[in-house]
Amino acid sequence: MYSRAYKTVIAAPPLLWVCLFLLLPYALMLAHSFWIVRDGFLVHNWNLQNYRALFTNPLYVQVFLRTARIAASVTLCSMLLGYPLAYYLSFHAGPRKEVLYQLVIVPLWVSYLVRGYAWKTILGSDGVLNGLLQYLHITREPVSFFLYSPFAVVLMLTHIYTPFVFLPIYAALEHIPRPLIEASQDLGADRRATFLRVILPLSIPGLLSGATFAFVLSVGDFLAPLLVGGPSATMLANIVQSLFGAAYDWPLGAAISVSIVLITISVLFLTERLEKRWSFR
Amino acid sequence: MVLPVTSANPQRRSPLLAAYAVLVFAFIYLPIVVLIVYSFNRDGVGGFPPRHFTLAWYRQLFADSAIWDSIVNSLIVAAASVALSLTLGLLAALALDRASFPGKALFRRLVLLPLILPGIITGLSLLMFAVFAGMQLSLFSVFLGHGTALISVATTELFAGLQKLDRAQEEASLDLGATPWQTFWRITLPNLKLSLIAAGLLIFTLSMDEIAVTFFLIGRDNTLPLEIWGRLRRGITPEINAISSLIVAVSVLLIVVWYRLRARSVSSAPQELLENL
Amino acid sequence: MSGGAISPDHATLGDALLEIRSVAKNFGAACVLKNISLQIAAGEFLTLLGESGSGKTTLLRLIAGFEQPTSGEIWIGNERLDSLPPYKRRVNTVFQNYALFPHLSVRENVAYGPRVKSAPKAEIAARVEEVLRMVKMNSFADARPGTLSGGQQQRIALARALINRPRLLLLDEPLSALDANLRKQMQSELKALQREIGIAFLFVTHDQDEAMALSDRIALLRGGSLEQVASPRDIYSRPATAYTAEFIGQTNLLRGEINNGVVRCGRLQWKTSEANGPALFSVRPEAIHLAGSEDDATGVVRFRGTIRQQIYSGASELLEIDCGENQSLRARIPASGPLTGAHEFVFSTRDAVRVTESSDAHELGRKDHEPQ
Repeated sequence: MYSRAYKTVIAAPPLLWVCLFLLLPYALMLAHSFWIVRDGFLVHNWNLQNYRALFTNPLYVQVFLRTARIAASVTLCSMLLGYPLAYYLSFHAGPRKEVLYQLVIVPLWVSYLVRGYAWKTILGSDGVLNGLLQYLHITREPVSFFLYSPFAVVLMLTHIYTPFVFLPIYAALEHIPRPLIEASQDLGADRRATFLRVILPLSIPGLLSGATFAFVLSVGDFLAPLLVGGPSATMLANIVQSLFGAAYDWPLGAAISVSIVLITISVLFLTERLEKRWSFR
Repeated sequence: MVLPVTSANPQRRSPLLAAYAVLVFAFIYLPIVVLIVYSFNRDGVGGFPPRHFTLAWYRQLFADSAIWDSIVNSLIVAAASVALSLTLGLLAALALDRASFPGKALFRRLVLLPLILPGIITGLSLLMFAVFAGMQLSLFSVFLGHGTALISVATTELFAGLQKLDRAQEEASLDLGATPWQTFWRITLPNLKLSLIAAGLLIFTLSMDEIAVTFFLIGRDNTLPLEIWGRLRRGITPEINAISSLIVAVSVLLIVVWYRLRARSVSSAPQELLENL
Repeated sequence: MSGGAISPDHATLGDALLEIRSVAKNFGAACVLKNISLQIAAGEFLTLLGESGSGKTTLLRLIAGFEQPTSGEIWIGNERLDSLPPYKRRVNTVFQNYALFPHLSVRENVAYGPRVKSAPKAEIAARVEEVLRMVKMNSFADARPGTLSGGQQQRIALARALINRPRLLLLDEPLSALDANLRKQMQSELKALQREIGIAFLFVTHDQDEAMALSDRIALLRGGSLEQVASPRDIYSRPATAYTAEFIGQTNLLRGEINNGVVRCGRLQWKTSEANGPALFSVRPEAIHLAGSEDDATGVVRFRGTIRQQIYSGASELLEIDCGENQSLRARIPASGPLTGAHEFVFSTRDAVRVTESSDAHELGRKDHEPQ
């Protein structure tokens, strides 16, 4: 039905654009990771020095582990918050389901920066939380670890990503045909057994999808540490940022970036395989 | 008289779960509420309770020319990004839907990459490219960054819209004598109207809020998020609460509009974006 | 096949197993079931027949436990049933679209009930084998439901329900998703199976042929009330109401007046012992024959009419007869070649069954105009 000319006209522009403005830049990033900086100049020697530095330098290893820990915590907390919420909406909310769903979506649209800033004002030594605690005479002095700590980063990112995790879980739960639940009860399984044997297994693709999203985006986040994390919560992306800024070592920064990309792609690949195994159509 | 045979859910009411759901909702909304409340607080962004109501911060905001300049900059970049992303996204969606060509699978992944990679990666890659091409960093480079990265959003939305399209309509048009070009303008595009508007709204909002990619491509002129970011470094005042509250208000308005459109175009909800990864 | 593995507690047909006492169900303002009282005997094949919206599925769901009656009670044996949640009832359901668990294999689907009640593994395996053999699906034990055809899925759904040895099996239009030929085949298999294992079946359908073929008794539901409950033969030859007469099979409804022992319906008249007053009679088309010279004059109604239409259908044909005075009847006769013009017809007065008017708002249309 579609002529050769038609297909060329529609495929060529995006293809060309994407090659020029995506493929090429990403390739440049990759290339840079194999080069080095000597005496403040970029030298195009191809080697693996940057990658070696990544694995051997204890600072980088430490930051890498911290990043992984924070990302894992964010993912876990988002799921612990998002799953019950999705479950409640899907099975217990009745006719208010639609409205409640929209209410969960709304914060997604509110700027990341605005929400991060909100936490900054809440968690600080002069912040709202400390003010509240002192007002209620629960504490007498400001608690300082709320802000500028990995705790604050996890808190903020959980807040950002819980709606993201909620969405695919809710979709998966909604997709479960209600007769399956009735059948399970008909066959003698009570609510708990029905949840464990039918609802949970069938919602796993949604869980995986949401968890992946939260984890991958947390790994590469550099704004949260800057806003609420402080130096004790420096993450991989912050190191990259400084290497592209004051510390001027683009190749090393590129190498760390490539590592982040590799982590991202591996996680995505893994979850795609898992999702296939757990998806029953 | 057709009856609702799907039951009143046989699961009994679970008050514990309901309470937990309320807590999660509170967690999601409380920071935003606090933000808005303190934008009216005379004595600053912290402390408790807020004692003195004032509109002074909003007045200061409206007199703040730097903020307004950055808003204008953001609007320009967002509008241009919408144009670019929608055009290329539409073509990409059509190509994915209808054409087969070597490297199609790779193309699909490539287009979706900016969605799944952390923003810093895309931002830095584009920065390298800009330096490589000898381009000055400015609003134009920001526009290129946004437009390119958001093609993925446009493609996903429009592809979903194309799937819902009735192919027979296009065949009927050709059968009646219209050329493919005419068919595209008279049949395909009008049917995609709602998808286009919904995608446009989404891209607009994402561009207005974008920080990660923008961070590395910004020149002398700031976009709104970067302007706010700069101020955060200097110290925080409720004026930032004020502009943030306005952002919240506008975002809510946009999502209500977007949701109405989405519901009408009968495409599925935002999670399809995630599912398509 | 021994009745040992799967048989109900009561082996004799005729004991009341399930009793529905004055059950009513409202959904908000809509009154879906009105004061239903019905008994199901052990080992019986009872069909709930009715149009969509008649309440038959709702009644089934009340027994299964997915809805609660607004008023009334449901008893099984000596126990109150409606106060129990579905997972505590010894009643199982075969769902309309089978509701097989897509993430479990056939074997795991069938084993679900016993598994959930923590039956010993060896026993579960044996029971699964047995019941799969009964529905002839042994070779599919490790397949996923998604790979099976509709008919195969239906058998698995049946096996999954039966393995639990329910006292009553509920079937919610289980054959409606199958094509015509497969449907006929499954009907006879289902009937044979029920005879073999002796469990009471409560079968819901809107297809009256299906109901007639399978049931020991038919309960005809209309607008939330029971119109008539009888065996297929009784319900066909002695319909109680005009609705029943028209819903099941075809009929001619003759409206007339009884005066001094004579029924007068248009041109037709015959003797009767019923009281004076208006009356409605149902005469099945196959009861009307072409008159021959040897037909007896007593106990027979003889009339003359013009054949307006002759619809051939192989073994028989349907004649549309104009009797004059705006009265027309349909007769079904063995196929005998083209007929035209005026003829004489007869039917026995025994075949004129008096029926009551159908109550309230339901329109009495011709059967072919009724919604399915």
